[in-house]
Amino acid sequence: MKDFLNSWGISLMVFLPLVGALAMLVVPKAKEQYHKVVALAASLVVGFIGILLMTNFDYDANGHLQFVVDKAWIPIINSRFIVGIDGISLPMIALTLLIVPLCIIYSWKHFPEPKNPKAFLILILILETGMLGSFVAQDLILFFVFFEVVLLPMYFMIGVWGGEKRQYASLKFFLYTLFGSALMIVAFLSLYFLSDKIPVNGQMMHSFDMRILPELATGISTGAALFIFGGMFMGFGIKVPMFPFHTWLPDAHTQAPTVGSVILAAVLLKLGTYGFIRIAIPILPGAAEKWAPFIGLLAVIGIIYGALCCLAQTDMKRLIAFSSVSHMGFVMLGIATLTTFGFQAAIFGMVAHGLITGMLFFVAGSTKDRYHTLDISRLGGMLKSMPHMGWILGFSVMASLGLPGLAGFWGEFPAILSAYNPGLGLNVAFFRVLMVIAAVGTVLAAAYLLWLYQRVGFGVPSKEFEDDPHLHDVSFTEWLAWTPMLVLIVVLGFMPNIIFKVTDGAVSHTIAIVNGLGG
Amino acid sequence: MLAQLLTFAWSAPSVDYHALAPEIIVAATIVVLIALDAFTGERSRWASSSIAGIGLLLALIPIATLAYDGVDRIMFGGGFVVDNYALILQALFVVAGYIVILLSTNYIAEGDYYEGEYYTLLLSSVLGMMVMASARDLISIFIALELVSIPAYMLAAWRKRDQKSNEAGLKYYLMGVFASAILLYGMSLIFGITGSTLLVNIGADLGSYISSQPIITLGIVFVLIGFAFKVSAVPFHQWAPDTYEGAPTPVTSFLAVASKAAGFVAILNVLFIGFYGRHDVWEPLMWALAALSMTVGNLIALRQTNVVRMLAYSGIAQAGYILAPLAVAGATLGTGGEALRSIVVYLLIYAGMNLGAFAVVLAVARKTRSAEIKSFGGLFSYAPVLTVCMTIFLFSLAGIPPAAGWFAKLSIFSSLASAGTASGYVLAVIVGLNSVIAFGYYGRLIRVMWMDEAPDGDRTPIKVPASLSFALIITVAVTLVWGVFPGALTHFTDQVTLFSLLR
Repeated sequence: MKDFLNSWGISLMVFLPLVGALAMLVVPKAKEQYHKVVALAASLVVGFIGILLMTNFDYDANGHLQFVVDKAWIPIINSRFIVGIDGISLPMIALTLLIVPLCIIYSWKHFPEPKNPKAFLILILILETGMLGSFVAQDLILFFVFFEVVLLPMYFMIGVWGGEKRQYASLKFFLYTLFGSALMIVAFLSLYFLSDKIPVNGQMMHSFDMRILPELATGISTGAALFIFGGMFMGFGIKVPMFPFHTWLPDAHTQAPTVGSVILAAVLLKLGTYGFIRIAIPILPGAAEKWAPFIGLLAVIGIIYGALCCLAQTDMKRLIAFSSVSHMGFVMLGIATLTTFGFQAAIFGMVAHGLITGMLFFVAGSTKDRYHTLDISRLGGMLKSMPHMGWILGFSVMASLGLPGLAGFWGEFPAILSAYNPGLGLNVAFFRVLMVIAAVGTVLAAAYLLWLYQRVGFGVPSKEFEDDPHLHDVSFTEWLAWTPMLVLIVVLGFMPNIIFKVTDGAVSHTIAIVNGLGG
Repeated sequence: MLAQLLTFAWSAPSVDYHALAPEIIVAATIVVLIALDAFTGERSRWASSSIAGIGLLLALIPIATLAYDGVDRIMFGGGFVVDNYALILQALFVVAGYIVILLSTNYIAEGDYYEGEYYTLLLSSVLGMMVMASARDLISIFIALELVSIPAYMLAAWRKRDQKSNEAGLKYYLMGVFASAILLYGMSLIFGITGSTLLVNIGADLGSYISSQPIITLGIVFVLIGFAFKVSAVPFHQWAPDTYEGAPTPVTSFLAVASKAAGFVAILNVLFIGFYGRHDVWEPLMWALAALSMTVGNLIALRQTNVVRMLAYSGIAQAGYILAPLAVAGATLGTGGEALRSIVVYLLIYAGMNLGAFAVVLAVARKTRSAEIKSFGGLFSYAPVLTVCMTIFLFSLAGIPPAAGWFAKLSIFSSLASAGTASGYVLAVIVGLNSVIAFGYYGRLIRVMWMDEAPDGDRTPIKVPASLSFALIITVAVTLVWGVFPGALTHFTDQVTLFSLLR
């Protein structure tokens, strides 16, 4: 079993969704039930393989890549098919494996116009391959390919199944990300050519191997490294999204179908932060140190700016989208400190944000289904008309504002705390100022989230929705899709060590690389 | 003395028939087509497309055996070389020609055009391209170029009752002749300086004539500008959109892919063998041509409402990407080799994805009788397979994985970065920015196909004829396989070099 997982486990997990998509491709789209079942089955089997991998994962050695496969792919540029899992990627993979089946379950009865479950579910499966591939890839080109593959399904999902301004939103989403990734690939290639060569089959060649690049890249001059980091910063920073590159996000979220929003918030944004932790910082620690104050500054601006924007929103989904900008700011602040603590907080924050904001988008989607509007001023009295839904919204709001005991707390609080003592030669005073401002951000977060809840949950239903028959409480498929997320939010809130333990070794390893070679 | 000279002059050159077999087969097919057309009348005209197709496929056999053999064959005093580079490009031209025949079959037969003549001319043009791949002499390059172009002028005007088609042919002809004249003038200057038409000799001598710098510069620039017309690089591109729009669509695909590739092959031949030592002259020129072509091409493409015109401008932009590595190719032999290989890779992938895009345009036009972008509205609702195919091609053109175009772009980026110079990096960033602009119009077409309604509400499915389907299968397969396993492509291209001839 272990042997099989070692050589095939990851590849199987990554490409099985595509097999499911192919099986759906050949069946006519009228057989909707077949498509739903196949898609769900595929995502569950993928999840099962993921569980096998996780149970066979050696948690004591989480700093080392496990289940590594290293095969030739494009020999001429020495780009290889290298995949592996360590403590940093494991939580991200687990999150992806969880979210995708839940999204398929949720969409069982919620297919947005123009329906067509076949195409919709095929796109979700392709998306799953792209996301999982990005998290396991250990070769820059391979990572880039998966990173881009993620774009396509999301573009169609927003563009075809989205809201009224879907065409604008989908194109904006695509162009922003494409711009970032174009600069990112130039950065990857200059990194490739400027780093040292290694012997490959008796020939000296450059390498895209992320595992050894930190070592190979030590010879790069500071000036070049700053530019290369800049290119990666654009690629990952737009994806996060960091202020001031965030403007695609509210549009994309508002227009995307519910499931699209959930996947976008839960997993896609994490590709950016994951890229910083996995690629940009360990490979170019010297440049990271120079960039860190700037990143920290933008992160804090993002926290405050996102929060202020939230206060001004009249649309529930748009508000949640801006809260994403704010929350991802905490994650980026943790990363910018370049400390073990900060990275740990960032990874926890990524998972927590994925679960909580994913949950909020689910609720927003279901609200829209029932009220046919997300205009906050027209909603109200949800606790009266749909008590369960109201409570779930309240729970998610509390989690999102960082209530201790729920998952959100462990992402936000340590991130702020980590800025008290930044790593390497970072300016302590500057980061402490950032810390204080970020702390103000949590107050603002409480303000806009509670205010949202007051306006939507409390009070009495407005005249137009008083006796609306569409306002039925949480349905069976919704319970099915939401329960695991709600449970996890509580469990992670009480036992944050579940994640901290997994990431600890891997993060220490990364920070050791940063400290050993940078500064 | 005189007798000796005479006997030398008249001794027949040794001919390696194996090396010439691909060209001979295509030439023989042309003869068969003419004979068929002349002696059998209307009855068997339908066979001409099959014969032309079979002839091209047969030509692949000696190409394969020659490649398997692996020996560089040099003939006619070095003016004609069959090596890996020549073979891989000949294979490209033959297969591209075959796909164009597949695209043409129904169009030409149903349009009641002259079938025999059409395929004869098409094959003549392909023959010219094959010669171009092997030509290493100014004269043979020129002859190959004319053999490519003259049939193409006529093909562009094939719909002779259509004013636009006439305009297309005439414009293409006048511009082409003008370019040829400039090219010849440049060649004569180079010949005047070096006293040789053989590229190897030119390459050996050109570096040593410091005093004649102005004339050498003029010669190199004129030759390159002549070819720049052929590949429709900005600012020598004005003919392309009108010609592409007016010409019959299969011919357009032929001009946009095969004919353009032939122009690039000519540029590669003269630059890497003849002018390589003078990179101080041509590198800045190529930088400017590349940056201008991609930027102008992409910006104008944004405003197009006709798919064929859009593809024409996208082709101009793509020409810019292909020229980009040449802007840094002179730094070292290593960079030069990198640039050469990346261009060959790009040409191969470009042929696959662009021919595929034209195949879809042809298939859709069978129903809508139009190539307006609007007429693609709602395609997903009644022709999902065609839509998916077109989406793959457009993503490939935009350079997004897993469609093959990403690897082509990566090769370009990689060769620009390998130079390690500021100009290389700046150009790489310009390519990157242009990729974003380009998605503006590729994405719009995708959007129209997937997200808009059918303009007249007509949702009857499209009947795609067998030959078109076959062309689509080939191009989609190539685009996806090369995208997922670029190794399958680089396996053939990583041995490509033009420097073996340099002394």
